[in-house]
Amino acid sequence: MREFLLGKLDGHALPHEWFTIAGSIAFIAMMLATILVITRLKKWKWLWSEWLTSVDPKKIGIMYFIAGGFMLARGGLDAVMIWLQQAFSSGDSHGYLSADHFQQVFTAHGNIMVFFVAMAFIFGLINYIVPLQIGARDLASPFLNTLGFWLYIAGVVMVNMFFLLGGEYAATGWLAVAPLSGPEFSTGVGVDYWIWSLQISGIGTTLGAINFIMTILRMRAPGMSLWKMPPFTWGSLCSMVMAVTVFPLLTATLFLMFFDRYFGTHFFTTTGGGDPMMYTNLIWMWGHPEVYILMLPAFGVFTEVVSTFSRKAVAFYKTNVIGMIGVSSFALSVWLHHFFTMGASANVNAFFGVMTIFIAIPTAVVFFTWIATMYKGRIKFDTPMLWFLGFVAIFTIGGLSGVILGIPPADFQLHNSLFLVAHFHSNVIGGVLFGIFCGITYWFPKFTGIKLNERIGRQAFWCWVIGFCMSFIPMYILGLMGAPRRLDHYDASTGWQPLFVMMLIGGIIIAIGLALQIAQIIASFIQKNRLRDATGDPWDGRTLEWSVASPPPFYNFTVIPKVNSRDAFWDMKQAGDHKPEYEDIHIPKNTAAGIYISIFAFFIGFGFVWHINWLAVVSFIGILIVFIVRAFDEHPEYTLTASEVKELEAARTKQAKAERRHNPTNDRDEDMGLWELIKVIVTFGFGLARKTLTRGKA
Amino acid sequence: MPKPNKKRNRQGRLVWLMPLLFLGFGLVIAYFIHDKNIAVFHPKGLIAQEQLHLTLFAGALLLAAAVPTMFLLYFTAWKYRESNTKAVHDPYVRLSKSFVWTMWVVPFIFALILAGVMWPATHRLEPKKKIAADAKPMTIQVIAMRWKWIFLYPEQNIATVNFVQLPVDTPVTFELTGDEVPMSSFWIPNLGGQLYAMTSHVNTLNLMAEVPGDYPGATAEINGPGFAGMRFTARASSAADFDRWVSETKQANHKLDAESYANLLKPSESNPAAYYSAYDTDLYGKVIMKYMGSHAAHDNQIETNHEQH
Repeated sequence: MREFLLGKLDGHALPHEWFTIAGSIAFIAMMLATILVITRLKKWKWLWSEWLTSVDPKKIGIMYFIAGGFMLARGGLDAVMIWLQQAFSSGDSHGYLSADHFQQVFTAHGNIMVFFVAMAFIFGLINYIVPLQIGARDLASPFLNTLGFWLYIAGVVMVNMFFLLGGEYAATGWLAVAPLSGPEFSTGVGVDYWIWSLQISGIGTTLGAINFIMTILRMRAPGMSLWKMPPFTWGSLCSMVMAVTVFPLLTATLFLMFFDRYFGTHFFTTTGGGDPMMYTNLIWMWGHPEVYILMLPAFGVFTEVVSTFSRKAVAFYKTNVIGMIGVSSFALSVWLHHFFTMGASANVNAFFGVMTIFIAIPTAVVFFTWIATMYKGRIKFDTPMLWFLGFVAIFTIGGLSGVILGIPPADFQLHNSLFLVAHFHSNVIGGVLFGIFCGITYWFPKFTGIKLNERIGRQAFWCWVIGFCMSFIPMYILGLMGAPRRLDHYDASTGWQPLFVMMLIGGIIIAIGLALQIAQIIASFIQKNRLRDATGDPWDGRTLEWSVASPPPFYNFTVIPKVNSRDAFWDMKQAGDHKPEYEDIHIPKNTAAGIYISIFAFFIGFGFVWHINWLAVVSFIGILIVFIVRAFDEHPEYTLTASEVKELEAARTKQAKAERRHNPTNDRDEDMGLWELIKVIVTFGFGLARKTLTRGKA
Repeated sequence: MPKPNKKRNRQGRLVWLMPLLFLGFGLVIAYFIHDKNIAVFHPKGLIAQEQLHLTLFAGALLLAAAVPTMFLLYFTAWKYRESNTKAVHDPYVRLSKSFVWTMWVVPFIFALILAGVMWPATHRLEPKKKIAADAKPMTIQVIAMRWKWIFLYPEQNIATVNFVQLPVDTPVTFELTGDEVPMSSFWIPNLGGQLYAMTSHVNTLNLMAEVPGDYPGATAEINGPGFAGMRFTARASSAADFDRWVSETKQANHKLDAESYANLLKPSESNPAAYYSAYDTDLYGKVIMKYMGSHAAHDNQIETNHEQH
């Protein structure tokens, strides 16, 4: 009976190492505090109806950012744990983590950073910006979008579940390569958590990708042909097409692995006719394109930023776009370079080596278009531009080392070493993360109506760059010294320790950079009156998202713009204003169906992790019921009449005018510095404390 | 028109320092490690040597392409900075079509050169390709286990754990397999590249040591909690020293019989080196046959046998 009800779940699962217990307690305390604050402020209803059930891609985008931000901190903590362990675990000292625990930490670090940070931020950007750039009021399927987001959240909860409830995480590396992750060698629930967190969020990604392809292909403003789409939308389209191509592969592979572990099949086992090499193939067929899925929207961001801050249209726009398409098509045929060392024949290895070398061509072309865009421009070095210039240096190093790794005989010496780890961190941090930071800094005024503090932003940027050098250049060298990746301990005689310590110092500098970015956001909100962007177009932008207010109204566009050229908004500005004619707008209604489905999906996963079959079955039926109920909802939209739109617009214009009068100057040189921020916060804290104390006395 | 922001532009120019920053860190690190074993750059065997040459060639070629590009990019960014009033600003400038062709053709030529060098090199340095040398080649069979390496010398009929000795200037064929272990990767950075050791498969890796010495070996692929301790020493010595070591090992107290093999098969971590005076000659075949039933393994075994005879 007990086994039926609870499966393998029992007291042994609860956390028992001191830092997992501390982690769980901290986590639970944080959740309780959040719940308390929301209840105290009576914000539950507002939160539910305005945010959680919203189908507005802008709000979903912001929620992606918030979730991704938390996950960045969580994955960053894992990174610090890895650095700490490796810096001190040499010779007689074995560090503070057991081998198994260390392996769980780096596995979680990889999964969280790729799936729950990078994907979240990329999807957040696409959600917010793409509809605005193509002149759409909403997505093709608003419901699919909220469902995708909540499935992602279910994945987030799943990946953190071992923290909360206990058990363990996979100790297999981020792709859980078979047969290590199979039932023979990983008997705990760690890999099951891994499977289900990726499975659920992966299905969300597939749905989201389908939705964005439909939106970009079908919902562009009149006149916007494919060759007039902004580069970021192009990058997103390439990325989403790739996602639709490869994510089903991930889903299938994860199901096969799940069958192996749950039903005892032999797809990837060493015995019974299983073939672990098949797993390696399948997972990398998805895994390699995955990094390009993250990279292409970032390329798009950089193209936009370079163009805007050079005050010039994108040079060789078509070449740039063809470059991105080239990258995305080549990316589907290079996966084997992740396992040249598995023993394929020279012809196979050489073929994939050639493909890997050739993928550098379209990438180089995209770089050249950026140079051509800057040529005879008038370049402003605001922080987004700094992130771009930082990206160029770091990403190039990552790219070059990547091509070297793509040469099979060279790869034999460098594969699975720290050189490889340094390589992909150069690309993922220098490329994807810097791209995300660049995009968020660039579009922050659009998201919130205020610009980000430049001064602290620049400091954060330099912390990231210097910290990155200190942390990852030693890593390249460690790889050349023969250090395999994922070591929880190494011999003192290797002489690696000073380099590992240097990496730790670099890691601390990166952490300072991250803290500065949080400070940057706080400082910007403190000075929101001075940093307010009342025009909706703070950077003198060129694309449609700048033609609407900051933040945009929930219906995005009062009038759907007519597009005549690539830089649609730039042309509008040149042509001058014209009076809008208002029209009725259809707005999709909020729905909680996505939340319910995701909760059920989470419990399917949870049931299968702990072998609680009834829970999985019941949850599956639950999903069906929600789907059917939702399918019978015949009025998923409501209409905003032209006169209502007119009123809303009038109110908004009045407010914007008032704000503009209030803050006539907008001189960014007076941005608050770090010390000033600390002073403000300390004063505020003292004030709050004094107020509470005096109230206590009274 | 907003006025140029001085501070902002200074930051833009500072970005120039970034490549210098990388170089500086490289130099600092070079100071730290100048007397350490930078295995990939200090090859002690033929294969590692050739792999290094190829790596260096590729690195040089790529830098030849990337350094001018980076220079051009940063120079353009700096030259057309907002505060540089002397630079021409022409937002409607039309660059010639020939620039587009250059953009595609130049990287293509570099890629073609690299691919042209890479294709034959991949065939020349294919791990299973026998090395041509004067000395008579020898075979060492390797079994990866949780978490140790077993080395069998079929010609000498001795066995070792976590230690392998080889004569210099003699081509050695490592036949890699595994027993009750997830994929492991056999890697002696000073001697040459890695290859996976997997159950039911035989992967052959040919290496040749050229300089006597002790070189660290490891599994580069994670295979469980004992992964970091799964290290061995590869000792390259003169042929005479090697023969002496073989006859000494022949005198060792233990044989690798069924019982001691079963003991080895139990998971254990950070095992010290061990020596066995003899082993059952069909041991290696048995380890492979244990996983038969898998077609892939069957094919692979046939292929390996075919090549040997």
